[in-house]
Amino acid sequence: MTDSALEAIHIVKRFGSVEANRDANLSVGAGEIHAVVGENGAGKSTLMRVLAGLFVPDAGTVRVHGRNVTGWDTRRAIAAGVGMVHQHFMLVPTLTVAENLVLGQEPTRGVRLDLAAASESVNSLCARTGLRVDPSRRVDALSVGEAQRVEILKVLYRGARILILDEPTAVLSPPEVRELWTVLRTLKARGDTVVVITHKLDEVAEISDAVTVMRAGETVGCLRTQDATPAAIARMMVGRDVVLAGDLVRHGDHAPGAAVPDVARRVALEVTDLVVARPRQRPAVDGVSLVVREGEIVGIAGVEGNGQTELIEALAGLRPTEAGSVRLNGREIVAFDVRARADVGISHIPEDRQRRGLVLEYSIADNLILGLQHRFAHRGVMQRDRVRRNADRQIEAFDIRPPRPDVPARALSGGNQQKIVVAREMGRDFSVLLAAQPTRGVDVGAIEFIHARLRAARDGGRAILLVSADLVEVLALADRVAVMYEGRIVVTLPRAQASAEVLGPYMTGAQRGAKLS
Amino acid sequence: MNVLRRLAPILAPLLALLIAAVVGDALILTFGQSPAAVYRLLVDGTLGNAYGIGQVIYKATTLACTGMAVALGLRAGLFNIGAEGQLAMGGFAAAVVGLLLPVGTPALLAVPVCLAGAALGGAAVGAVPGVLKARFGAHEVIVTIMLNFIVLAFLNWIVATRLHVPEQLHTPDIRAGAIGRLAGAFPAFHGSAANWTILVALAAAGFMAWHLFRTRQGYELRAVGLQPAAAESGGVHVGRVWLRTMTLAGAIAGLGGTNFVLGYKQYYEEGFAAGAGFIGIAVALVGRNHPVGVLLASLLFAVLSQGGLAVNAVVPKQMVDVLTAVVIIAVAVTVPEMQRLVRGAHGANR
Repeated sequence: MTDSALEAIHIVKRFGSVEANRDANLSVGAGEIHAVVGENGAGKSTLMRVLAGLFVPDAGTVRVHGRNVTGWDTRRAIAAGVGMVHQHFMLVPTLTVAENLVLGQEPTRGVRLDLAAASESVNSLCARTGLRVDPSRRVDALSVGEAQRVEILKVLYRGARILILDEPTAVLSPPEVRELWTVLRTLKARGDTVVVITHKLDEVAEISDAVTVMRAGETVGCLRTQDATPAAIARMMVGRDVVLAGDLVRHGDHAPGAAVPDVARRVALEVTDLVVARPRQRPAVDGVSLVVREGEIVGIAGVEGNGQTELIEALAGLRPTEAGSVRLNGREIVAFDVRARADVGISHIPEDRQRRGLVLEYSIADNLILGLQHRFAHRGVMQRDRVRRNADRQIEAFDIRPPRPDVPARALSGGNQQKIVVAREMGRDFSVLLAAQPTRGVDVGAIEFIHARLRAARDGGRAILLVSADLVEVLALADRVAVMYEGRIVVTLPRAQASAEVLGPYMTGAQRGAKLS
Repeated sequence: MNVLRRLAPILAPLLALLIAAVVGDALILTFGQSPAAVYRLLVDGTLGNAYGIGQVIYKATTLACTGMAVALGLRAGLFNIGAEGQLAMGGFAAAVVGLLLPVGTPALLAVPVCLAGAALGGAAVGAVPGVLKARFGAHEVIVTIMLNFIVLAFLNWIVATRLHVPEQLHTPDIRAGAIGRLAGAFPAFHGSAANWTILVALAAAGFMAWHLFRTRQGYELRAVGLQPAAAESGGVHVGRVWLRTMTLAGAIAGLGGTNFVLGYKQYYEEGFAAGAGFIGIAVALVGRNHPVGVLLASLLFAVLSQGGLAVNAVVPKQMVDVLTAVVIIAVAVTVPEMQRLVRGAHGANR
């Protein structure tokens, strides 16, 4: 084994009474690509921030090439060649790529910014690393994948030879992910060391040389990737056996209602030529038509930002529509407001649970009736005993932890917060469920649970419209798959004909549906 | 641990008061006086005798109403700086109604009618920023600040040109609707302005608590204040809640105006609000936007206000104004609501 470029030994990091890291260990060999995996809240990001000098640990040691650097700051970390690429981009959108890269250490001639020199040094960096970006383009004109490349270049520009990437693939489409792998392999080839945080086990196998698994703030193991199987890693992550969504796809367990022909099922949701406008831009949703039948899951795949959010919010009544029709069980509901839609049978799991799905300061019990508050009030006065009974029932049925109705939602883990939303939206009578990113950022155990609920609802005759940035999830759940690109549905395929390879070109706009071309 | 969590909501205001006390000590020392002696004077002059207590009750009544008007807004995520104007309009409306009623109208009829007038006057002023925010997204801070000037200038103009008593800045005495002094039942309060409007303030606090924590509208109001996007996807019309809340806040502030107009002077006088609407912001924050907290905080600020007169003999009474200002600043930096408000404003700008 090569010597360690980066080491964390018995790291402890507390935030108030919460121990984000209580015994985190990591040893990254020089010149390797090292994956760090774990459930949400396992302490991965915290550990990475300790390594990059953003947090000072409460205990433990950080070493770089054997040198003790514990408690350093970002400035010294960068000087020592350790740089972090954050999950959320930290770029100035109105500046060019070159300007963003040199920000903070601009080459100058006298007092003037020497843009030519900046551009020159960026070009030479691109050439050396094989990362191609046009330095003169404005950042707001870049795709997500390109913007991420700029983030990586920014770290390299400051001289980093040890790169830490925090969930880099969360925002990328499959082809962009493949490009990122190429970039990382290039860096490895020139001797750089890379640490990648990820949620997805197939990525571990794809890219890493070694993998460290974290659970509840502790490191539970470190394996050579060649010795590890996804199932083994998943077991380490959650401490028990789990059914992986990807396994179902591979093993062909997935047998949606094939027995009943499509046309025999009643149409539950029918959307026709729906348009959602945006100020000063092309419409966010540009003439979408789709049908969801009873007992089927229609999955919408696509790179985020292609109108999926706007489509779902328009269907839920949260966004005004410019044109088009929305029919629920044959009834036109396009003029209905949010509550009226909920009352006629539309349920909605919003993509951003902390912003749209929950009032974080409210108790579990109060969150479980959000959107139903009028049904729990008599003459305008809340019926607190009924709210309480409802909470007890839902907490039991959806295994929400801690099982205490009075605890504020903020105190729960991401997975349990999402269970509140799922319980509220699925624990009542509904005919159509709009499920937007239903398992984003929740742990493997909760994903399994939520997927099982969605399938059970489908089998019970409900219609589900699923939007997910995770193609594996769409393929695992959907009976039909549609791809959304630039506000339009560019292709719709039965599950049997859909795969990452087939859908990828549609997701990036490289290929359009026959109807549109 | 559990006890600590229970106490958490009042820790921040207590810390603010501690800071204010320390600064107050330093100030008193610069005047060459003993802090202990001055504080004793302050307490003796306010809570140490029936007259002082009466004055504290009188001042607290107005502050409780403006404090609730601010607190209610904050619960819905709105920073109502317009309590001053709402208070003035409420008082003016009460005076106008009292002037229009025939002499000899029984109090049982006249007082409720005058109170309703005050509530409507305040509500009208409060509704304006509510409508403008709901319809056009106009920021309520800007609108309420500006509206204070407009309302006060309008009232000055109308009193000066139409309603004033010659050589005076106030309206004639109302003909009906006067609220009795507490001294009528408890002679010890003789000479103080304390009157039965305190019951109106207490009733308003009870209503506010019930409305916020027991009704569906209160559930929606708090949801809008904490997480507007989530409230919206919960079927709440956020704009309607803003309008309703600002109207209700204005009504409560307006009721506060009756303390002076119906309970004390029996006429509307230019400038009677005298900053009570602005102190209401501090009252709301120290009271953590809770009706009970607001009542307690209004007593505190009433003591400080009345105490300025009591200590005037040994230190300038402005020292108490400084103390009040220090409480407000200390509250602004320690109370989480305030920090969220400031952060929220930043977020909105981005």
